[in-house]
Amino acid sequence: MEQNSGKVRILPAGDQALVAEFGDQIDLAMNDSVQALTERVRESGLAGITELVPTFRSLLIYYQPSVIGYDALKEKIQLLAECPDTAISAQRRILKIPCCYGSHFGPDLADLERYTGIDRDEIIRIHSGTDYRVYMLGFLPGFAYLGGLDERIAMPRLSTPRLKIPKGAVGIGGNQTGVYPLESPGGWRLIGSTPLDFYNPDRKEPVLCRAGDRIRFIPITSADYYDIKRMVTQGSYHPEMEI
Amino acid sequence: MAIYVVNPGALTTVQDLGRTGYQALGMPCSGVMDPNAWSAANELVGNKNGEAALELTLFGGIYEMKEEAILAITGADMAPTLDGAPCPMNRPFSAKKGQTLMLGCAVSGCRAYLAAAGGIDVPEVLGSRSTNLKCALGGYRGRALLSGDLLPIGSSAVRLADISDHAAAAALYPDDISVRVIGGPQEDAFTAEGLHTFYSDRFTVSQESDRMGCRLTGPPVESKNGTDIISDAVVFGSIQVTPAGNPIVLLADRQTTGGYAKIATVCTADLWKLAQARPGNTVHFQKITVAEAQQLL
Repeated sequence: MEQNSGKVRILPAGDQALVAEFGDQIDLAMNDSVQALTERVRESGLAGITELVPTFRSLLIYYQPSVIGYDALKEKIQLLAECPDTAISAQRRILKIPCCYGSHFGPDLADLERYTGIDRDEIIRIHSGTDYRVYMLGFLPGFAYLGGLDERIAMPRLSTPRLKIPKGAVGIGGNQTGVYPLESPGGWRLIGSTPLDFYNPDRKEPVLCRAGDRIRFIPITSADYYDIKRMVTQGSYHPEMEI
Repeated sequence: MAIYVVNPGALTTVQDLGRTGYQALGMPCSGVMDPNAWSAANELVGNKNGEAALELTLFGGIYEMKEEAILAITGADMAPTLDGAPCPMNRPFSAKKGQTLMLGCAVSGCRAYLAAAGGIDVPEVLGSRSTNLKCALGGYRGRALLSGDLLPIGSSAVRLADISDHAAAAALYPDDISVRVIGGPQEDAFTAEGLHTFYSDRFTVSQESDRMGCRLTGPPVESKNGTDIISDAVVFGSIQVTPAGNPIVLLADRQTTGGYAKIATVCTADLWKLAQARPGNTVHFQKITVAEAQQLL
């Protein structure tokens, strides 16, 4: 397995995109390389680049072949990828996400207690005690793939997915945790809910977080949940953030 | 100006070139399936700004004009009629207030485009008027058209006399489709035998194909160690291979990322062929280089 996170393979993804691939695993250093390259490409102002899609271990770059050819772009991206990762910017936000755990907000918390043998207070302490890294967004608009779940509270997905999971549901699926940004079918174990909109197409920034951010869940009461929900609806709630 | 939906057909949505620029946030592009037929329809009616048009699927439906409008129909042949009389495809025509436009079942191809001078005037959401069915976003109230909908048409200074010489060639949609592709980013996940199967056999378009993807069945495409990968970004035309060895060509409503190895990518110039493929059609793939594909753009 390729361990050098600086090693990149550049491959065509059709006639209007190329992909810079750092490997095929979920790995923090590899994802750092992806984030660093994304920033460098953005800052380079290279003409002809139209969109960047960073993922766990690769960066997809859309370009206009009428402005820059594949070989020329490949060479430029190769050079940018080979810069040492020290250039990565300090823009590592920690977003604080209020979460009401258990009861009807997290109907599977009791199952998680039984499965793990850990009581609910300890589960909440563990789940909210980790800063999760946003590796990438995908699956649904605003769905963040988070890394860093403590393996003591990991649990396999439901064998039969639910047809409707409400927006804001916080779940655990295998060794991942995440937030459903809109109502959707899904198989994750639901342990809580956040009143925040991870996705709102009517907002100036339609999606709350971006790849590279960190997310920290803050336990709240059901009264807090409804208070914050009301403020979110009025557009007067701004999530707490640390940089 | 408006078009009243009497019968929305099998699946009719408002589409433009799609919602690009938000894929890093997980927002799918959506947009037209057959960009060639959509562009032709817009050109015919004198639209120059990527106006939204209706995409009609397999069975077109019935539409009543609430005002006079200049229209054009391209793509699949659904034998359109205006007040019962055959109406032309691939040329602009005027439909008067009170007239009824009827489109039947596609006799060839899968998707027709109905453009109006001025475009279908639904609100732009995140830079596009395209309908995203999964997220209930954009288009007409975020959904496919229903009977009773009233579609506003944008204003246009175009007069039929100015564009009466506009005409597009009728597209031909063969039952056996040859598609040019570029080798995919995970081509090396497949055995020599698997690549040989992919490039020399014929695959059949399955009933389960939709705006998300054209699903193909045929001889299984052999991989070295399965086709599960760590999810990464996909494009319009990425060809994933499922663990069972069946190719899926990802189309307009694809998610932004996918978790199966991508054996190839369809050339932009040939995407329309898959957009117009009908269940039961056969597909075979021919490999070309990036440079060759870019010359076709």
